[in-house]
Amino acid sequence: MSSHTEHQLDPKAEARTYTLTLTLLLILTAITVGASYIQFGSLNVVIALGIATIKASLVALFFMHLRHDKPVNAVIACAGFLFLGLFLLFTFLDVDTRDPLQPVNLKAVAPAAAAPAAAPAAPAKE
Amino acid sequence: MSSSTVDLHPPDPHGPQGAHGDVAAVHDHDPHHQHHFTTMEQQFDTSKIGMWLFLATEVLTFGGLFLGFGLMQNKYPQEFVEAHEHLQRPLGALNTVVLLVSSFTMVLAVLAARTKQPKKTVRYLLMTIACACIFLGVKYFEYSHKFEEGLLPGRFYSHHGDLIPGSHGYSTFFSFYFMMTGLHGIHILAGIGLLSWIAVRARRGEFSDAYYTPVDLVGLFWHLVDLIWIYLFPLYYLIT
Repeated sequence: MSSHTEHQLDPKAEARTYTLTLTLLLILTAITVGASYIQFGSLNVVIALGIATIKASLVALFFMHLRHDKPVNAVIACAGFLFLGLFLLFTFLDVDTRDPLQPVNLKAVAPAAAAPAAAPAAPAKE
Repeated sequence: MSSSTVDLHPPDPHGPQGAHGDVAAVHDHDPHHQHHFTTMEQQFDTSKIGMWLFLATEVLTFGGLFLGFGLMQNKYPQEFVEAHEHLQRPLGALNTVVLLVSSFTMVLAVLAARTKQPKKTVRYLLMTIACACIFLGVKYFEYSHKFEEGLLPGRFYSHHGDLIPGSHGYSTFFSFYFMMTGLHGIHILAGIGLLSWIAVRARRGEFSDAYYTPVDLVGLFWHLVDLIWIYLFPLYYLIT
């Protein structure tokens, strides 16, 4: 509703913006589908997720009106993605820096503690 | 305005028609204006913040599933590549286009509601609903194809001819596939319900630039459903 006070609603200009946004989104979709048929190795993931992020930003900025909206809404939206980023980052940091759970990587703790050591080793046999 | 005067008679005679008492006299009164907001603008902003908070929780809900998918992809890279070959890229692309177009008609519906064009609003909302139905139709076609081939989640997986027979990777892929696209599909269904409700209200001519909150918030919800698909599509259909 900031548009009430800050700038007058121009329906024609708005509709033009939406059409342009849709066109961009469709072009980006065509590019991402086309790129998926070409082998870039590990770059494929980067391209696909990069284009997805551009598309998501276009939707958020123009269709969801974050561009003209009260900043507090953008702050909430960014906070959601920020916490998702933290969630992903720290989980992958953990998983990527951990030895895989294989019998070879399990170390015996102490000879005396044979009984307790047997318990954690058991699931690894699966 | 003192809130205590309002609290004295809460559930009372002045229903949705609005108060005609002392409080109403303070502002020029829109029938949608609720007592506890100073202005319509404040009321709108409050609703919108609430909606964005909800959308943030939606991002986190799906985010957890995306994380799980990523971890399992790390664990079973070969199986995931092979399983993803069972998904039909053209159908995924078609559904992406359908959802993008539906987002476009949705945003036009919001614009039409603001410029007080009920007929146009209803027409755009119906187009959005039609797109949602096409999306679900394609999804139904895809799902039934998977069912026939035994490409099912968890212990229901019964597909033959995998390169690594007996690996849990394939059934894990389809557990995530059905969980994530299924949850997304439920959002589409909910969206259809919300859009229909808004269309009925728009037809009654309830919305104008002074009051279009429900159209705007349902629009936000619908764009989020689109936004989630924008990530689901490359992750499932494109990345090998």
